[in-house]
Amino acid sequence: MSVTTLSPRGIALRQPNWFARLLDYKPFLIVVCLAPAIGLLAVFLTYPLGLGVWLAFTDTTIGRRGIYVGLENFQYLLSDPLWWGAVFYSVFYTAVATFGKFALGFWLALLLNNHFPFKSILRAIVLLPWIVPTVLSALAFWWIYDPQFSIISYLLVDVLHWRSTNIDFLGSAWPARFSLIAANIWRGIPFVAISLLAGLQTISPSLYEAAMLDGASSWQRFRYITFPMMMPILAIVMTFSIIFTFTDFQLVYAITRGGPVNSTHLLATLAFQRGIAGGELGEGAAIAVSMVPFLVFATLFSYFGLARRKWQQGESDD
Amino acid sequence: MTDAVAQPTNVASATPDTMAWDSRARRMMMIYLPLACFVIILLFPFYWMAVTAFKPNAELLNYKEHNPFWISSPTLAHIQHLLFNTAYPRWLKTTMLVAIGSTFLSLLASTLAAYAIERLRFRGSPYVGLGIYLAYLVPPSILFIPLATVVVQFGLFDSPLALILVYPTFLVPFCTWLLIGYFKSIPYELEECALVDGATRLQILRRITLPLAVPGLISAGIFSFTLSWNEFIYALAFIQSSANKTVPVAILTELVSGDVYQWGALMAGSLLGSLPVAIFYSLFVDYYVSSLTGAVKE
Repeated sequence: MSVTTLSPRGIALRQPNWFARLLDYKPFLIVVCLAPAIGLLAVFLTYPLGLGVWLAFTDTTIGRRGIYVGLENFQYLLSDPLWWGAVFYSVFYTAVATFGKFALGFWLALLLNNHFPFKSILRAIVLLPWIVPTVLSALAFWWIYDPQFSIISYLLVDVLHWRSTNIDFLGSAWPARFSLIAANIWRGIPFVAISLLAGLQTISPSLYEAAMLDGASSWQRFRYITFPMMMPILAIVMTFSIIFTFTDFQLVYAITRGGPVNSTHLLATLAFQRGIAGGELGEGAAIAVSMVPFLVFATLFSYFGLARRKWQQGESDD
Repeated sequence: MTDAVAQPTNVASATPDTMAWDSRARRMMMIYLPLACFVIILLFPFYWMAVTAFKPNAELLNYKEHNPFWISSPTLAHIQHLLFNTAYPRWLKTTMLVAIGSTFLSLLASTLAAYAIERLRFRGSPYVGLGIYLAYLVPPSILFIPLATVVVQFGLFDSPLALILVYPTFLVPFCTWLLIGYFKSIPYELEECALVDGATRLQILRRITLPLAVPGLISAGIFSFTLSWNEFIYALAFIQSSANKTVPVAILTELVSGDVYQWGALMAGSLLGSLPVAIFYSLFVDYYVSSLTGAVKE
């Protein structure tokens, strides 16, 4: 009796087919689990990264396999005023925009860290610029910067009477550069503010209470508690922000396409113009590769920022 | 990580500033006024987009007789033009397909990878995690030229499939990172119990770990969807025919033509293209905030 009830279970236990047993074999399971992610990254990230470096040393064009030309592309770039212009504007754009984003974003985070009604709704609204496709909000900025029908010019000229002529936002070099930076800051504030807000909320209120008992002013509390406690997260967010601002493409491509007279080219838009639109893949790749030293610098910065907080895989941080 | 996001209200109520700032007027000046400025500036481009999309052309280009901040006779002409005279519905469909496909692919790949790294624990798993994290730091701007040649080699040029396969390169690192954090918050004892009860590892993943990690999966999913919807440079470089373009690329390359910009149609297109992510966003705000902050803090 008991034998008959046991046997089907015994079979069921012994029989999980070879495939199921293989899946329970840990080394095999590890390989299976990692394969899709590693495979995708290897084929579409690591391989192109290597290929990009190789292309930079060839004279490949669209439709023609190139030959190895050594450092020729880079030598050409070094003598190319447009490349130097793009390097200058990329650095300038990154520096000014990052400073603006962090100054305003930190301020907004501090404001949002207060207690007031409708806080969660406000937090949700604030993130909108970051959610919406950048190109589409860039189009809105393009329209806002229109030479004839700019709403900012309308405000300044017809409503406030501060100026007598419309501002030509995108028509000449420096105004165009600053207009793009303003749009970039607008788009970057939410990310910075919300990330830093999360950091602010992890600071224990007891620190502030202790400081207030000791008679610290609000500036002193910011300078000696908030700021040092925020350093690790500030370092990480800033690294991300610097990397993605330096390699920005969409905003510039959508609003000015590098103009007027190539004054607003970033390295990424210059690489696109030469590599894809112009067909000189080798030269475009060389421009893209020339961004790498800057990125390596930023990544090292990030690594040491992270290392100070203990590596994620270690014990619990926070 | 998650708990920090879950308890903002309790912490905020104890913020010392409420103790220090006694005067109401001062609070007004220092908090509400700057906040109002921030909100107005952050939202104005959207307002302007919406106003332009519903304005008839006559009002659009005449600020002297019509107040530009308001619409006196709203019209649906721009949206109608967009939906019936252009390939806009087609672009929306392609974008949706690409976003859903790449989100699904990345979620699958990164769930498995995160599980292997965090739960199967093998020699060198932290380094695999670090490697995937570093992949996140490689920006699309330095990859798109060689990737274009790879895509051509695979015969995928001008096909939405190329985008579905390429987008995971920036989605997988992020999602893996996020899910490692979520898996870490699930007590390991639960899995040990299941192991003792004779469950296989995959059963454990399916029946125990995944259901508990649902918030993490939702965060990763909506995040991936948004990022794929918004992606621009790959879609611009790999897609040529008008029919296969995604919304952001199509609006910029197909609707912007000639010297006279049709601002009404452009803004209507931008508004419609932003709506899906905006709606998605409004449904899952908290997940967005937690995934954004989680990814940064981890």
